[in-house]
Amino acid sequence: MTLETLGWQGLVVLVVFGISLLIATYCTYAERVIAAFLQDRVGPDRAGPFGIVQPLADAVKLFTKEEFFPSGANKALFIFGPCLAMITALMSSAVIPFGNILQFGETAIRLQGIEINVGMLYVFGIVSLGVYGIMIGGWASNNKFSLLGAIRAASQNISYELAMGLALIAVLMMSGSLSLRDITLQQSVPGEWHFWNIVKQPLGFIIFIVCAFAETNRTPFDLPECETELVGGYHTEYSSMKMGLYLFAEYVNVFVASAVMSVIYFGGFNFPFQYELREWLHSAQGLSVDAAQNIIVILGVVTIFAKIFAFIFFFMWVRWTLPRFRYDQLMRLGWTILIPLAIFNILLTGGLITTGIIPEIKQWWVSSPLG
Amino acid sequence: MESLSNRAKKLEKKPMTLAERAYLPAIFQGLSITMQHFFRAATKKQVTIRYPEETRPFSPVFRGLHVLKRDEQGRERCTACGLCAVACPAEAITMVAGERKKGEQNLYREEKYAVSYEINMLRCIFCGLCEEACPKAAIYLQADKMAPPRYERDEFIYGKDRLVEPVSPDNRSKRGIQLTPEQADKLRSQLA
Repeated sequence: MTLETLGWQGLVVLVVFGISLLIATYCTYAERVIAAFLQDRVGPDRAGPFGIVQPLADAVKLFTKEEFFPSGANKALFIFGPCLAMITALMSSAVIPFGNILQFGETAIRLQGIEINVGMLYVFGIVSLGVYGIMIGGWASNNKFSLLGAIRAASQNISYELAMGLALIAVLMMSGSLSLRDITLQQSVPGEWHFWNIVKQPLGFIIFIVCAFAETNRTPFDLPECETELVGGYHTEYSSMKMGLYLFAEYVNVFVASAVMSVIYFGGFNFPFQYELREWLHSAQGLSVDAAQNIIVILGVVTIFAKIFAFIFFFMWVRWTLPRFRYDQLMRLGWTILIPLAIFNILLTGGLITTGIIPEIKQWWVSSPLG
Repeated sequence: MESLSNRAKKLEKKPMTLAERAYLPAIFQGLSITMQHFFRAATKKQVTIRYPEETRPFSPVFRGLHVLKRDEQGRERCTACGLCAVACPAEAITMVAGERKKGEQNLYREEKYAVSYEINMLRCIFCGLCEEACPKAAIYLQADKMAPPRYERDEFIYGKDRLVEPVSPDNRSKRGIQLTPEQADKLRSQLA
């Protein structure tokens, strides 16, 4: 990897970081507007036109609120908890492929922070670290309700990570690669009929999305912050921007979960007829190969963000539709339904691969380009 | 146990079907309902009234802030007879009567007039009995104006400076004007 590539990739990482934060910021606004619309209300419309600067007003409010430390709290861990939640939430977006490679003469820019051949494993590792932020914060608060919320978060995440991982194994059996870029490119073969993984893995997708709701602690699985039973759950004692970081981390997690689902099951930055469009731009419009490719790449970035926003909308839509599960129902769903279903899905996929109904994928692209 | 009224319905607890146990059909049903509400809110006019910009229309029979009327020549109609104060169930009205001097004929309609006339808006229950009691058609409760909130209690005692309507007819409240038969019919149909 040359120094120049390193510089460009560093820039991409910074941009991805900024975009994650921006999307999380506006998720708070979108959540409130969508909630309002689903309930026949108006939503925030006072700050700026259509309330568009509401997130800024919220941030000012959170930053200027009183910083509160409960007596008997472990001060260092009390601060460390929300920081860890935020750091882990932001880290996982680094491996998401937001686009293919932009080519400007000699310079190539890969629209993906880091390309590692274990990208999926990396995301999983970081997501399971995320629960430590909640656990540490809940424990350090020196409050029974916070501790109960933290324990719930831990056991819930462990239970649902299993089903999530098993659902993914079926995808990995087809792809033969853990790299998110490989998985994306496999879903569109030039000059052939190809399908997104959702067509091959409908059951796996349903298991995955249910687990994603549980992993991001969103309704109907937001037991860790269940306000009807636990006051505020793990963030009962939090105030000011530490509270804001927890809420923010949740939205970043939603963004990352949406991105992962778009990449794994919905073709990532691929869109239908992209190679035909590139061919047409090149031959009929007389653009150079690089220019035609770059247009496709930029349209691909638009595509993946459209998919991500659709998923974020779905997360919010579900939140304002479904009531919360009871804790024993949550555990029963995870252990006695989702995990057996996921194992069945693995067997089914294995059978389909052996019988050749799901065709083997020929690798037509360069794995891990630019180092 | 034997039911006394025979109104109790016998319910049978059926085991759930597979579709019910799978959650998903019910979830999609719920999602479609909320989506209908989403589009209704996004396309149709919402029922919410955005208060400072929009206000809820007053009923034509709304009884709001009082006004002391003038006659056609701009003279005060009130003669300080005190019937309104007697009629008032909340005892909110006080007044001091005085005799009209020479040269004040263009100010006061009758020979006796109210030197001071005060209504305590904290006591007033806006029942409109003063309006009914007044033989001179001098006091009315306006249909389009409310007693606004204030910071001090004594600010709620409205004197003549705030009760008597302006001399210029343009600034006057429309309430208290004799209705034509057509207007009265329209009002009745609105109320029905």
